[in-house]
This record gives sequence, C-alpha cells and structure tokens, in this order.
Amino acid sequence: MAETLLYNALREAIDEEMARDSNVFVLGEDVGHYGGSYKVTKDLYKKYGEFRVLDTPIAENSFTGMAVGAAMTGLRPIIEGMNMGFLLLAFNQIANNAGMLRYTSGGNFKIPLVIRGPGGVGRQLGAEHSQRLEAYFQGVPGLKMVACSTPYNAKGLLKAAIRDDNPVLFFEHVLLYNLKQDLPETDYVLPIDRAEVVREGADVTILTYSRMRHHVTQAVKVLEKEGYDPEVIDLISLKPLDFETIGASIRKTHRVIIVEECMRSGGIGAELTASINDRLFDELDGPVVRLASQDIPTPYNGALENLTIVQPPQIVDAVKKVMANQV
Amino acid sequence: MVQERVLPSFSTAQTRLTHDEGLTVYEDMVLGRQFEDKCAEMYYRGKMFGFVHLYNGQEAVSSGVIKAMRSDDYVCSTYRDHVHALSSGVPARQVMAELFGKATGCSKGRGGSMHLFSAEHNLLGGYAFVSEGIPVATGAAFQSKYRRDALGDESADQVTACFFGDGASNNGQFFECLNMAALWKLPILYVVENNKWAIGMAHDRATSQPEIYKKASVFGMAGVEVDGMDVLAVRAAAQEAVARARAGEGPTLIEALTYRFRGHSLADPDELRSKAEKDFWFARDPIKRLANYLIEQNLATQDELTEIDKRIQSLIEDAVTFALDSPEPDPSELYRYVFAEDE
Repeated sequence: MAETLLYNALREAIDEEMARDSNVFVLGEDVGHYGGSYKVTKDLYKKYGEFRVLDTPIAENSFTGMAVGAAMTGLRPIIEGMNMGFLLLAFNQIANNAGMLRYTSGGNFKIPLVIRGPGGVGRQLGAEHSQRLEAYFQGVPGLKMVACSTPYNAKGLLKAAIRDDNPVLFFEHVLLYNLKQDLPETDYVLPIDRAEVVREGADVTILTYSRMRHHVTQAVKVLEKEGYDPEVIDLISLKPLDFETIGASIRKTHRVIIVEECMRSGGIGAELTASINDRLFDELDGPVVRLASQDIPTPYNGALENLTIVQPPQIVDAVKKVMANQV
Repeated sequence: MVQERVLPSFSTAQTRLTHDEGLTVYEDMVLGRQFEDKCAEMYYRGKMFGFVHLYNGQEAVSSGVIKAMRSDDYVCSTYRDHVHALSSGVPARQVMAELFGKATGCSKGRGGSMHLFSAEHNLLGGYAFVSEGIPVATGAAFQSKYRRDALGDESADQVTACFFGDGASNNGQFFECLNMAALWKLPILYVVENNKWAIGMAHDRATSQPEIYKKASVFGMAGVEVDGMDVLAVRAAAQEAVARARAGEGPTLIEALTYRFRGHSLADPDELRSKAEKDFWFARDPIKRLANYLIEQNLATQDELTEIDKRIQSLIEDAVTFALDSPEPDPSELYRYVFAEDE
C-alpha cells in the first residue's frame, strides 16, 4: 500500500494505461510541458513524447472534434478539460459527434474517448469556473458520465474509462485533488457503471456523488452520535444511473435524500428524483428530498458561495426531518 | 451580366491521363450526376425524406480529389455527401438504401442523407452542422501522423481529404484546424467547394476576404485556387497536395470555384440566384467538359462514353430497386448502436 494523493492516483492511471496501450494518448491545454492545470499529467511528456501528451492551442471545440476523429480511426484519446467548464465551448463536438455518431453511423464507428478534468464549485473561482456540466450533458445519448470522489476510486475508474469503447465524461472535483489514501500496489480497475455503497444503514438512503460525498460523511458523523443510521450511496455513474444498487437501498429504507452540487433545476438530482418516482414510487414512505445548489451563477464572495452549495448541517437537518416524517 | 470571379486558368499540356484513368473519372462524375437526379425524382415521389442536398454541378471536385487518392485514404464530408460517398467507393445500393431509410443503408437507416458513413470505405461521414466535420477529419489525419511519428509505423502514410463549403470557411473550426494542421504538419487536404452561396447568403456578403485559398498563407500553409468545373485542374491540384501530405510536408488548402446547379436542398425555392449567374455556370458543366477533352485527345470515343452513361443508368435503377426491396430497420433494434457494445 502506498499513500497517494488523488491527482497522483489519476496520473498513475493515465501512466499505466499509456504504458499498456500505445493507442492511448492525452491532449488538451497545458497537459504537456506545464503538466496539467492540477498536475495530473506532470512529466508524462518526458516519458511518452510530445505527440502522446499533446499540448493543444486553446481551441476546445476543434481539439475535441480532433479527438473524435482520432478515436474513430483507432486511437484512444484522453482529453483534459483544463477546467470542465471550458468544454461548454466543445458542446457541439461532445454532443453531436462524441455522443451520437456511433448511432447515426449505424454502428460504423466506435468513439473510445475519455473527457476528464476538474469540475464543481471550488473556492471563490467565480461563476464560469464553478460549473457542473454533468447537468447539461445528461440528456445526450451515447455518452457515459462518471464522477470520482476518492483516490482509490479515481484511479480504478479512470483506468476502466480509458479501456471503455464508449465516450466517457469523467468528472473530477477541483477541491478533491489533494485527498490522500492508501492505494493497492497491484493493478486494479473499478466498474464505471456501478454505484458505491459508502455506508450501510437502515434509516434513509442518501444519494450523493463527487465532493458532496464528503459533506455527507461529515453529516453522518454527527447523525451517528444521535443514533441515526443512514445508508450512503455514492452514485459514481451519473449516466446511466445504477438503479440496481439505488433500488436495493430504497427497498430497504423507503426514504431518500439526494445531496448534490448541481443546480436544483435540471440537475442530476432532478433526473434521479423523476426516475425514482417512475420506478420505485410504491416503495417510498414520503417524497424524495433534494438538497441541491441554488439556481444562481455561483457568486465570488465566500459567504455567498457557501450559501449557494449544500453544507453538512443542512444534511443533518434533512435526515432528522425525514425520520420525523416532517417532509 | 453578373461579375464573376476570374476562374484560374489551367493548361492541360501537362496533364498525363491514361485512357483508363480518364474513363474512371468520367464514370465517377456521371455516377454522381445521375445518382443525384434520381434522388430528386425519388424525393418528389415520396421515397426519401428530410433535407436532401444535391451535388449537381460540383462533380469535378469530388471525382478530381478522391480519384487522386488511395482506397485506404480517408474522406470526410458535409451534409452534401452523397457523391463524396460514391467517389469513396460506397456502393450506390447502400447510399440509396440509406436515403430510403432502410436497414441495408450504409448507416443502417439511422443516419439519412446528411449522415452517410462507411468504415469499410474510410468515409468518416457526412456532418450535418456546418464545419463540424473539419475537426473530425483533422483527427483522422492526426491519427496517421501519430502512427507514423509516435509509434514508428512507416506504413501509416494515409492522407485525409476534408470537404466543406464556402460558408464553413467563416467558422472558427476552420481557422482553428488550419492552425493545428499546419502546426503539426498533418497529412490533410482541406477542400473548400466554393459554390458562392451558403443557402441564401452570398459568399461576398459574408466574407471580408472572399478568396479563401489566401487564408492558408497566414498559417504558413500551401493554398491554391482551382477551376472547380475542370476535373483535370482539380485532379492536378489534388495530386500535388496528396504527394505533399504523403511525404510528411503538411496540409494544403484547395479552393475549388464551383457551382451547384440546383437549390441548396430540395426544399429550397432557390429565388436569390440570378438567371445570368446560373447560365454562366451551366455553360461550364464539368461532365461535358471532360467528355469533350477525352474525345479531342483521343482518350475515349463517344461510343465508350455513351456506354458508360447507360451502364450507370442501369446501376442507378438497380440501386433504386435494391432500396425499394430492402427491409425497414427492425423496430426491436431501436436502441441498437447507441453504445459500442452493439455490433
């Protein structure tokens, strides 16, 4: 076991997959000489050369489309979005070509492509750098979406995403890169389509992902002392949602709280709520409770920013209210 | 009389065209023309639907470029893609069946007129949004370069031809990709089919510098203009550009001055283009021009050309019959091909 920071876990994943398969390459802004905006690709160009760790001009839509073309012709590109928000500029290539092209081509081409990078709300980065693109991309057919949350799952999930023959949007969180964890020395991959049961419990199912998993964990520590027994599930796969794991939990607890960093309108939680109501309505003892970010551009001011996203005390309150049948 | 841009002159004195090559190019152009005429007929008879953009008049560009390439080279097209697909070797049956929405179509009835694909023929696709194919084509060229330079595969010398129109040349993806292709010396031909009109937007009204080929120079890239109604001129420009790309010397921007003989699509009332302008270009029909050349140079007889016309006519009839007789896609396979696991 070796204690590893999350950004280094991601780097190890890329390094190992590039060593394993010469068709794997990285491209994006400042991934080469600079080592990536969060050092996920630090010094890889020295090992693999400047073509396999390709510094691109600032032309998101075009280098994303270029990766699609490279994937169609047999390579396995990993795009780093310097900040995932910048990939709004690549929306057309991600939606029309990465997402839909296999279908529109009647199966002529595969698009084995990973698009990864820092997303979520950081610390006072302002609205444009604090986006949650998973909300916008969830409606695009053909895409898979994964959110990592720990060094262990970051490494295993990224390796699996690189090996997947489909386009995968892989969300990291800007505030989780320095998490530390002991990782196995041996090669491992984790399934990108399965949720992770973080804590088993009987009272209520808390569905969360990415950084909010850690907010939930903080809240659970408080709740445990007061005798509550929540089950915590990290969704991991944001598209498709793992309803096997989600369903098994809800059939046990009959209560659901969603904790997310997405904006409330049209976010992952909105889709999750609708799907739970579609599939599991009869299992519910009460309405699905949604804790989400405010429907506003993320403000710069620190206090206002904290009011915008969900905080651990709100999760504690929500669990207590749900258990008291007050929702 | 409309003021037309002066078409670049091309001397056939240097043209080396064998009898077989001449007939191959002629046949390809006739195939393109007759296929599109049949599409118009089938569209009005209710056999194909949606937006259908025909290529009539521009045949010299597709045939001149693609027939100067190898079968393992790549071709990337736009929404006006039927003829690029045919020149690439996709059988007329498969293209027609796709337009009819049939399971036997080259995109299994999922794509339609603007989304023709064939991995087998290295056709990277028709792309329905203007300019979005340019980055994809650039990626295919990058892949060849990657295999040759990063992986040391000397056999990876495939060239990509990327077709698009004058309208696309004002989009950011055009400039961004020219920059990257020149920067990395990618083996690609950017072929602008300047037919003067982006639906109803005249090129001169949209473009501060209408001579598109000149835009290559700011990227340090070779840029040439050719008479896009003269297949021999297009072929000569393409051969030079392919050789440059194959040798690892980088991309070329080819601006072919051409004209579509029909409206933007079969839904376009085509009210803005003047009769004088159309007459100017109709008089330069590229198929008639090649036929005259072949006969004048004793490279073919009128009988041989007539024989080709007839053969293509029956090939098109066969394609229609095949499309009509082909099955619709199986409704139980509605979800098939969303993910890579669906073969």
